[in-house]
Amino acid sequence: MSTLEIKNLNVTVAETEILRDFSLTLPKGEVHAIMGPNGTGKSTLAKALAGHPDYEVTSGEVLLDGENVLEMEVDERARAGLFMAFQYPSEIPGVSIANFLRAARQARLGEDEELEVTKFYKEMYEKMDALKIDRKFTSRSVNDGFSGGEKKRNEILQMAMLEPKYAIMDETDSGLDIDALRIVSEGVNKLKGPHMGVLLITHYQRILNYITPDQVHVMFDGRIVKSGGKELALELEEKGYDWIKDEVAQTA
Amino acid sequence: MPTTETPEIDIKTDIGDFMYPENHTYDAGTGLSEKTIDYICDVKKEDDWIRDFRKKALKVFRDKPMPTHWASGDLNTIDFDKIRYYLAGGQKPSKSWDDVPEDVKKTFERLGIPESERKFLAGVEAQFDSEAAYSNIKEIVSKQGVIFVGSTEGLMKHPEIFRKFFGKVIPTSDNKFAALNSAVFSGGSFIYVPPGVKVSHPLQAYFRINAQNFGQFERTLIIADEGAEVTYMEGCTAPKFDTATLHSAVVELVALKGAKIQYITVQNWSSNVFNLVTKRAVAHEEAEVKWIDCNIGSRLTMKYPGVVLKGRKARGEVLSIALANDGQHQDTGAKMVHAADETTSNIISKSISVGKGRSTYRGLVSMPKHLKGCKNNTECDALLINTNSRTDTYPAITTRGQKNSVQHEASVSKVSAEQIFYMQQRGLSEGEAMSLSVNGFINDLAKHFPMEYSVELKRLIDLEMEGSVG
Ligand SMILES: Nc1ncnc2c1ncn2[C@@H]1O[C@H](COP(=O)(O)OP(=O)(O)OP(=O)(O)O)[C@@H](O)[C@H]1O
Ligand SMILES: [Mg+2]
Repeated sequence: MSTLEIKNLNVTVAETEILRDFSLTLPKGEVHAIMGPNGTGKSTLAKALAGHPDYEVTSGEVLLDGENVLEMEVDERARAGLFMAFQYPSEIPGVSIANFLRAARQARLGEDEELEVTKFYKEMYEKMDALKIDRKFTSRSVNDGFSGGEKKRNEILQMAMLEPKYAIMDETDSGLDIDALRIVSEGVNKLKGPHMGVLLITHYQRILNYITPDQVHVMFDGRIVKSGGKELALELEEKGYDWIKDEVAQTA
Repeated sequence: MPTTETPEIDIKTDIGDFMYPENHTYDAGTGLSEKTIDYICDVKKEDDWIRDFRKKALKVFRDKPMPTHWASGDLNTIDFDKIRYYLAGGQKPSKSWDDVPEDVKKTFERLGIPESERKFLAGVEAQFDSEAAYSNIKEIVSKQGVIFVGSTEGLMKHPEIFRKFFGKVIPTSDNKFAALNSAVFSGGSFIYVPPGVKVSHPLQAYFRINAQNFGQFERTLIIADEGAEVTYMEGCTAPKFDTATLHSAVVELVALKGAKIQYITVQNWSSNVFNLVTKRAVAHEEAEVKWIDCNIGSRLTMKYPGVVLKGRKARGEVLSIALANDGQHQDTGAKMVHAADETTSNIISKSISVGKGRSTYRGLVSMPKHLKGCKNNTECDALLINTNSRTDTYPAITTRGQKNSVQHEASVSKVSAEQIFYMQQRGLSEGEAMSLSVNGFINDLAKHFPMEYSVELKRLIDLEMEGSVG
């Protein structure tokens, strides 16, 4: 039951079929990496899972610890424990990081529960310190004028504050400098534990040196065409995607 | 093209069957004629000068065309023959608390409106038990020599002050709706603050509403004598589930030498109301007038608070927030008329359009060339939530001399579906996401408002946003 289970998911964007019978089971406590050429549908998968209105699920099933995710609104999915670190995070002018996180945390409490503000700030500052994010950022508007790397770090701060059950990280490593990559990876490792499953979308093997994947999946044309251990990532780095394309062509 | 007819009175069919008793002593019936005015004057036992004033105004009202050459054509849907222009206190439509829709009751609860006041606000009772609060505040301020009464009482008991200022800031002929108000006004406040008196408490219309009918055609006149200071708060922030579709108020402020007036409005109209209001102040030498104006709801609001800066070093300020949701149009702005040297004015306007909501900013800053040392700063920012929203800005700055300075900034920002999705992905509902953006947008302005008003405003926005989805 403690899994994020994606079964035969078909997703259409702007009347084009992108995901085709995509299936994957992510247990809690595991890290699965997804790699694949540009435009194969990795972000489409992430957004469809999160419930983006542009991404139409035509068939298939997604179960979060047994609960049907596809019937939920975007925010219900989030509160059920699904988190997505965006490849391109939105800027929200006028809304400070502190207020945004407070609202997000408040949204997870019951009707008449009030967030304990002092505790909240203490926790936020600790997590910012760990991610080496300057505390001054709390009063800045969410992602507004942030550098590419700062945006990515802010995504991880939000993830740390919201403690999801399943996190989909869409190319969080792209745009991070070498130190930031290490810091963010450490952050993810700390969070991971037995209570969180991570779906790590990436183009580079490098992040997998820090975050050890239990499985690596190669995605091609809207579905997983090959799965393996972390050595698969090394092989891809070395040989590119062509040999997999050939393999797929042969079996097809 | 709007197909909605203006209903005779806002009888929402879903409210239940409440009705106007047909032959009340204090009911002027529908339609507007000299007879209506005679009727109002007789009931109110008004002097002849005011009867003449009203009748002249009626003529002006009739002669003036609808301002549809620049304003919304929606105005043409108002059927003046079907409106009731006067209903005396206590003669409100009869309906019971059971007829008030559930969501309205819930809104009151959410806003924390005391039980005793809910019925009044829902239009079930003509008055609520705030008599105590009102006489209390009245007593405190009367010790300082302050007059704080209804406009009718003002014109009867204090004619020497009333007549001197009444209709001087906003002449009857100013615009069609000011003329209409001048013809049929009732309700509203009259305040006089003697020289040098700084009124310790903000005066609230809220406390006085019981004394008069909820002004459909309110008329307020506030005079701060030399060096006096007063803050006035108008309107209650609960949505008014009123029975009238047309509200047309006139508010005149006079700040004599060195006086300060702050006038705060937070209004939340139901979305079938035409809210057409004329508000203007005259600021004499070194006087200061500040309008804080927040408008939420209504089908069409037209309101451009203004200050005529008549004396040297006078200061005028308009801080306004307007929120137009689906089917609503907020046509608001500010007027600053510089008429003396070294006068300064500041306009900050924030408008929010949600869904098919529409907001329009109209500004007028007049600074004749012969003056010197005048300054104006205008900022108008618009926030659009959803692509259907629309916003227009019509700033008009007439002649500025070389010895004056005018600064104008405008911005339009958008909350896109993508941003809403991002916020929802963090667990906020669509309504919460929109509220957060809206509050973020107005925050730097709202923090200058008195505490209780900015808190109230935030709650109203939350409610409005919650209601705008699903
Ligand atoms: N909103 C959209 N409208 C139209 N086409 C879209 C939309 N979103 C995605 N697509 C298309 O779907 C396909 C898959 O896109 P997706 O972003 O999922 O790829 P990706 O695997 O994440 O690629 P990358 O590695 O470059 O991030 C692409 O051809 C893309 O152009
Ligand atoms: Mg992508």
